[in-house]
Amino acid sequence: MKKSKQFWPFIIAAVIVYAVVQFLISNGMMNQFYSNTLIFISINIILAVSLHLVIGITGQFSIGHAGFLAVGAYISAIVTMKLHLPFIVAILVGGIVAALAGLVVGIPSLRLKGDYLAIATLGFAEIIRIVFLNIDAVGGAAGMQVSHLTTWTYAFVCLVITILVIVNFTNSRHGIASISVRENEIASDAMGINTTYYKVIAFSIGSFFAGVAGALYSHNFYIIQPSQFGFLKSFDILIFVVLGGLGSLSGAVLSAILLTVVSTYLQGYPETRMIIYSLVLILVMLYRPKGLMGTMEITDYFKLWRTPKGGGQHGK
Amino acid sequence: MEWLQQLINGISLGSIYALIALGYTMVYGIIKLINFAHGDVFMVGSFIGFYSITVFGLGFFPALIISMAACALFGVIIERIAYKRLRNATRIAALITAIGVSLLIEYGVIYIRGAQPEAYPDVFSNRSFELFGAQISVQSILILSVSVVLMILLQFIVHKTKTGKAMRAVSHDTEAAKLMGINVDNTISATFAIGSALAGAAGVIFGVYYTKIDPLMGVIPGVKAFVAAVLGGIGIIPGAMVGGLVLGVVETIVSALGFSLWRDAAAFVILILILIFRPSGIFGKNTREKV
Repeated sequence: MKKSKQFWPFIIAAVIVYAVVQFLISNGMMNQFYSNTLIFISINIILAVSLHLVIGITGQFSIGHAGFLAVGAYISAIVTMKLHLPFIVAILVGGIVAALAGLVVGIPSLRLKGDYLAIATLGFAEIIRIVFLNIDAVGGAAGMQVSHLTTWTYAFVCLVITILVIVNFTNSRHGIASISVRENEIASDAMGINTTYYKVIAFSIGSFFAGVAGALYSHNFYIIQPSQFGFLKSFDILIFVVLGGLGSLSGAVLSAILLTVVSTYLQGYPETRMIIYSLVLILVMLYRPKGLMGTMEITDYFKLWRTPKGGGQHGK
Repeated sequence: MEWLQQLINGISLGSIYALIALGYTMVYGIIKLINFAHGDVFMVGSFIGFYSITVFGLGFFPALIISMAACALFGVIIERIAYKRLRNATRIAALITAIGVSLLIEYGVIYIRGAQPEAYPDVFSNRSFELFGAQISVQSILILSVSVVLMILLQFIVHKTKTGKAMRAVSHDTEAAKLMGINVDNTISATFAIGSALAGAAGVIFGVYYTKIDPLMGVIPGVKAFVAAVLGGIGIIPGAMVGGLVLGVVETIVSALGFSLWRDAAAFVILILILIFRPSGIFGKNTREKV
């Protein structure tokens, strides 16, 4: 995957998608419901891609991503509602504080592996949630009023930046080092890669974008409450990454789109939605444990079509 | 004697955590899987006990036994359907499946009976007596003794019976156990059955003690019981008991000091401290990593 080959087509495609949707919205051909769904899809894609960097690329199993979402949501809400600064500053501050939280959580807990890391991240996410629950300045359990500032433009620009940064990170030498940590931590350590450094870097970049998504999320909902950022939110994000394929960015994007659309239509039946989610999670793990796309990207399929014999270059 | 009262409350809570933690630690010891669905088995056990008492008019002990038997069966079914084919899968795949099973049970129960909570009926008289100035209810003594009896029973099964011997052998070295003619699949099922039965008992006890049950009640006690198992050293049975009791007492002390909203955070702070400073737990031995 060469950057020079894909960078401009991606930018052009993004501009076209943006222009078409913006035209439809400003023309009134797309009503509130659909534009809201599109914003929601963008937020979920940002979350899925940021977690993909942590789980799919670096192989660190974090199930506390909602904690960083909460940090971004609350910090950005404080910036706009209490400090009265513009929304763009709030997005940046939300992301940066979430990245700092990622550092604070990541440095001690990324020494752990596998199951223990999963539980530690889950514990940290719960601690973050309980901290917000106990701060009266942000409304405690009752929640905090936030004005509606997220528009399609903000959501889409953040989405494009997120994907660009994460794709470029993955293709850089740092990304390759992170992949080597995923494949075999001991071997990459023996090759002279500072595994802790790359794990922490990937974790805090992932947290940064989760914070950005949090800023968009809180300014899309009028009110934020600590209960929105519990276990279930973390699992929601996790299922995007798992269903799409651990290690596949386009898989994460596709499953985020698919599942957001499905859950929007099942909004009236929350139990049915959760039953379908959990069944999907179990069945995918039992019959296709690498997820729908494995570690393949969409562009790899184009290459496969061009060279019918497949060639040896698919996969990682 | 305020502190004695709090200590007794803490031990009662801790014995519930310990009962759940035993299931976690046994399953982890034998197949290295964090069985996230264990907290939901606890919830199912609580509801089975509730319906046995209210619908069938049974007493506490018959309800306890029915709930334990049903949960044992339920645990084996979960293991056979969902976990058995994951024996050779990656740890992450197994963990995600366990999360999926947990969500499926929670929302399946909500789908069947709705999300509304239920009030557990009073099965014991609310008598209490004074001991060194502390009010001790008969109920908490009974609950404590049931937990202690179950734990002694578990120690007996693990150390004195053939099944228990097989369980210890499989958890020590699965391959060698297989070569010695132990039926590994049945042993794993037996582990799930025993662990789930204990969770079912914990569910009934929890219902009687806290009087309010709902379909999502298993999530927080489940995670806390896991903390207790890690605290004691995961895979070690006495560790889970001690870990559960310590966690219960610490939580009660935190509430008693006036930080009741921070109670849940206390468990997670303990978890993170123990994971960072002594990942093998109080009773754990350090194992060296092999390349």
